[in-house]
Amino acid sequence: MSEEIKLMKGNEAIAHAAIRCGCDGYFGYPITPQSEVLETLMEVEPWKTTGMNVLQAESEVAAINMVYGGAGTGKKVMTSSSSPGVSLKQEGVSYLAGAELPALIVNVMRGGPGLGTIQPSQADYFQTVKGGGHGDYKLIALAPASVQEMADFVGLAFDLAFKYRNPAIILADGVIGQMMEKVVLPPFKARRTDEEIVKECPWAAVGKPKNRERNVITSLELDPAVMEERNIHLQEKYKTIEANEVRYEEIQCEDAEYLLVAFGSSARICQKAVEVARAQGIKVGLLRPITLWPFPSKIIAKYADQVKAMLSVELNAGQMVEDVRLAVNGKVKVEHFGRLGGIVYTPDEIIEAMKTKIM
Amino acid sequence: MTIEDIIKPENLVYKKPDLMNDRPMHYCPGCSHGVVHKLIGEVLEEMDVVEDTIGITPVGCAVFAYNYLDIDWEEAAHGRAPAMAVAIKRLRPNKLVFTYQGDGDLAAIGTAETIHACNRGDSITIIFVNNGIYGMTGGQMAPTTLEGMKTATCPYGRNVKLNGYPLKITNLLKELDGTCYVTRQSVHTAAAVRKAKKAIRKAFENNLNQKGVSVVEIVSTCNSGWKMTPDQSNKWMEENMFPAYPLGDLKDTTI
Ligand SMILES: Cc1ncc(C[n+]2csc(CCOP(=O)(O)OP(=O)(O)O)c2C)c(N)n1
Ligand code: SF4
Ligand SMILES: [Mg+2]
Repeated sequence: MSEEIKLMKGNEAIAHAAIRCGCDGYFGYPITPQSEVLETLMEVEPWKTTGMNVLQAESEVAAINMVYGGAGTGKKVMTSSSSPGVSLKQEGVSYLAGAELPALIVNVMRGGPGLGTIQPSQADYFQTVKGGGHGDYKLIALAPASVQEMADFVGLAFDLAFKYRNPAIILADGVIGQMMEKVVLPPFKARRTDEEIVKECPWAAVGKPKNRERNVITSLELDPAVMEERNIHLQEKYKTIEANEVRYEEIQCEDAEYLLVAFGSSARICQKAVEVARAQGIKVGLLRPITLWPFPSKIIAKYADQVKAMLSVELNAGQMVEDVRLAVNGKVKVEHFGRLGGIVYTPDEIIEAMKTKIM
Repeated sequence: MTIEDIIKPENLVYKKPDLMNDRPMHYCPGCSHGVVHKLIGEVLEEMDVVEDTIGITPVGCAVFAYNYLDIDWEEAAHGRAPAMAVAIKRLRPNKLVFTYQGDGDLAAIGTAETIHACNRGDSITIIFVNNGIYGMTGGQMAPTTLEGMKTATCPYGRNVKLNGYPLKITNLLKELDGTCYVTRQSVHTAAAVRKAKKAIRKAFENNLNQKGVSVVEIVSTCNSGWKMTPDQSNKWMEENMFPAYPLGDLKDTTI
């Protein structure tokens, strides 16, 4: 069968990919610029075909706790929102991480702080990779840079979430969510049967049969010695994820003298900037982190031995640049270039920033 | 007659349900929570539905209910149990899904989740232990704290000018189209315990028969928070709590 190519928005791709990857349930609350995820699901009515549940919750708080409840029974469940809504979800996200439940959260970022703007932004980087909610936890964070990746990362995020019993997040932004591009949707994968779920998730709370102990989904432990053990276990799991799941893309880096580091929509614009700068004779490359956590620190450290300087290009006031600097550890100059409040830079602005900040 | 002559199976008049394990309970002596746990255990056992039951514990004194009843549990964030229950019921419609919540959990921080779950009408059961106080955190004012009642955060008694009125949330829930059975019970006497058990059984049956939301409020004591002996608490509850929260069925669409 020839590949089916469709034209759609990033948000629509998320919805279609969810249905196709065997997702059991979606719980969400409308907010621009991601409302098309819920709208598309309600239009497609997947409960009539794959049996996937879709529910408009009364709030993002309820939505994330619906995800928590569903995930605790081993189901493949997700939610999506945009920045203010994702802030509301943070307690639930921390509970998911603490109880080690697999789930998918999608954040189609908009500008903040506060109600901010509905225009695109990447200012939730810190919230995504440094915690967001309370406690020492990590989310597996994927940053799509195209509508195709919006579709592809839904299945990938679920696979990683179940592999490690850890919530995963897709950190997109208003540009990726709203723009239309060609996309090849993933093939349909059947939802798991209840028997398959019990096999894959022996920890799930599904009703206690006589032949096993009760399953309890909880993050609570009052004995500090046991709680420390639990935390150490989490940290060990995070180390394994850091060792195995780093993903990134290198664009024209082989001979680069300067390196741009950018994710999501910024990486798309930087790619054009690299093209234009190279035509002007500037040897610049682009490193695009695909996983924001685990962060591609090693490869960035490697380029610190090759390039003269790096520029972290982000639609924020300078967030990922801190992780780039940590990776580079002072070896070369690392600067930040950003636009704020929903303004998106042009490739020329990025080249200009390169010239003034790192050349 | 020796003790062995007395302790024989045929002389057994009272026992705890097998579902209830032997772990020492953390509840204060005289607390209502333990009795309500026992009733849930008995009903689940009698209905023989443990394999299909998922309970959700609250944040509150009953957070550790999962340590005492040998069923599958999920432990909620404070107030969010009804949202979890709705999702679980949608994803696993044949399961008996119930929440167990205190008054702070259900009627303060979780009010939105409570109301929307009761309005949506998925067949879940809410066991609501209303002791008029925040037991777990050391006896602060709850939404259900009575006017004039003293707590750590209304040390001179609840003043409605300052704190608003006691929230009769169950009266509100009965108005919602998604609820099929709303009842108010207590567990302070043997007769009350028997009635409460019947109510819980009915609520669980509604759950499996997909009738809608059943809410069983148990007007309860918190002798530690109320700073009374268990006996005084029961009397105080009868004299003060029952007039504000009268016992009986508030709604039953299943008959
Ligand atoms: C988000 C959040 N806020 C506050 C608390 C602190 N807290 C724990 S239990 C509780 C009140 C519980 O009271 P209630 O629901 O009436 O249960 P009871 O202990 O009386 O049975 C509070 C405020 C918390 N754990 N989480
Ligand atoms: S503090 Fe109150 S509610 Fe909590 S266990 Fe003691 S008596 Fe029961
Ligand atoms: Mg209480």
